[in-house]
Amino acid sequence: MENLKMLSEAIINGDAKKARELTQQALNHRVDPQQIVKEYLIPAMDEVGRRFECNEYFVPELLIAARAMKGSLELINPILASRGDKPAGRVIIGTVKGDLHDIGKNLVASMLEGAGFEVIDLGVDVAPEVFVSSVKEREPNFVALSALLTTTMPSMKQTIDALQESGLREKVKILVGGAPVSQRYADEIGADGYSDSASGAVGIARRLIL
Amino acid sequence: MHATIIKLLKTHPVITDGAWGTQLQNHGLPQGACPDEWNLTHPDRVEIVAREYIDAGSEVILTNTFGANKLILEKHGLQDKVYEINKAGGTISKKAAANDVVVFGSIGPSGKMLMMGEVTAEELHNAFAKQAKGLADGGVDAIIVETMADLEEAKIALAAAKETKLPVFVSMVFDSGKDKDRTLMGISVEDAAVALDKAGADGIGANCGLGIESYISVAKRLCKATELPVWIKPNAGMPEIVDGKIHYDILPETFAKHARTIIEAGVNFIGGCCGTNPEFIRAIAALKK
Repeated sequence: MENLKMLSEAIINGDAKKARELTQQALNHRVDPQQIVKEYLIPAMDEVGRRFECNEYFVPELLIAARAMKGSLELINPILASRGDKPAGRVIIGTVKGDLHDIGKNLVASMLEGAGFEVIDLGVDVAPEVFVSSVKEREPNFVALSALLTTTMPSMKQTIDALQESGLREKVKILVGGAPVSQRYADEIGADGYSDSASGAVGIARRLIL
Repeated sequence: MHATIIKLLKTHPVITDGAWGTQLQNHGLPQGACPDEWNLTHPDRVEIVAREYIDAGSEVILTNTFGANKLILEKHGLQDKVYEINKAGGTISKKAAANDVVVFGSIGPSGKMLMMGEVTAEELHNAFAKQAKGLADGGVDAIIVETMADLEEAKIALAAAKETKLPVFVSMVFDSGKDKDRTLMGISVEDAAVALDKAGADGIGANCGLGIESYISVAKRLCKATELPVWIKPNAGMPEIVDGKIHYDILPETFAKHARTIIEAGVNFIGGCCGTNPEFIRAIAALKK
């Protein structure tokens, strides 16, 4: 298990090459992939999140750690899928209609993937009806909405309203975030969760899925 | 120091402008449309916004070119119009400014992450250089590289804009970390000031962010960290929705009260970013009387 501790270290340090090597080694030694995820990868990303919360890490460190995590998961996920193991939850994420910004959205997507969620990224400038049809088709646990501009924040409300009208609102939890978004705004438009950071979004998603 | 800046600094503080995107929307820009394209399609209405700020007391106005770099314009299918849009943006603001007001051409971020390999340093340089060339040919007096979250990208834009020989200011967003006093990428106010000074900026600033109150200490620290002119354009605060409309609950008078503290810290250029309008500029301009 010494190597697996090093795998956690590699993720925390954002060493993607080493993380992949150690993951492959562990799989070759028939370590249970679910155990690798739960006992080594997710705790490593939790540590990354902790360091972010207390200012030891910033976005660059978060991004390279998430990238290392993703490399490991690319080796593990096909095995989990082939034996029917379910991910922590499924998230449909997108930047709302009229807004072309994707840095924040990509960051949240990476962190959620790193936490073991299956993430379906619809991209930017996503119309409410596209969210609706994707929710119908993919049946996610979460819909995560991003907006950078004051002028596109109302598209968040329009998306939530569209889900409501389609009778899908109660089937999903809605997470919102982005520079102009606040807890108060999230409450006003009837979102289930808000976070001001990508690592915070993971905590909210975990709490809401229980 | 450039003669333009020396002349400007004879008045203190220099009143800049407020938000443009929301003003353009008041004049009919549809939600989700490319604001920069209006320099070509609705130059008269863009000029109205410039004039509204001048009437309110702006001594410096910007240009409607915040997102007019190739990497953003290509999302609207306008990648071949970079030069035209920027040149027109410069021309429109200069026309409104006549000889009384100084025009800073606005260069915003690319929206791509350099460290994730979404774009190369060379691509960024070329994108910003072309934008700066258009602005310079449109007649702007100086350039402001603004709302930057990544110091590396800011330095690339600075170097590219300096090719025009115009004075170039650089303004970062400080909204991250525990105390909300770092850039998205984790750079402190002091480190940003030192790096931008070394990279040849003619002025250093902070804009956008979480609201004017959070920029009081940022302004004080910037003034301590650099001898260069300091530029501050904070957001009004965090937006809320009231009756289906975006609303900032801070009043122009409250904004001006905090602006006074910021000016007393030694800031040379003061204005507003998201959520501000000509009323806010009128309120801070009144501080000079």
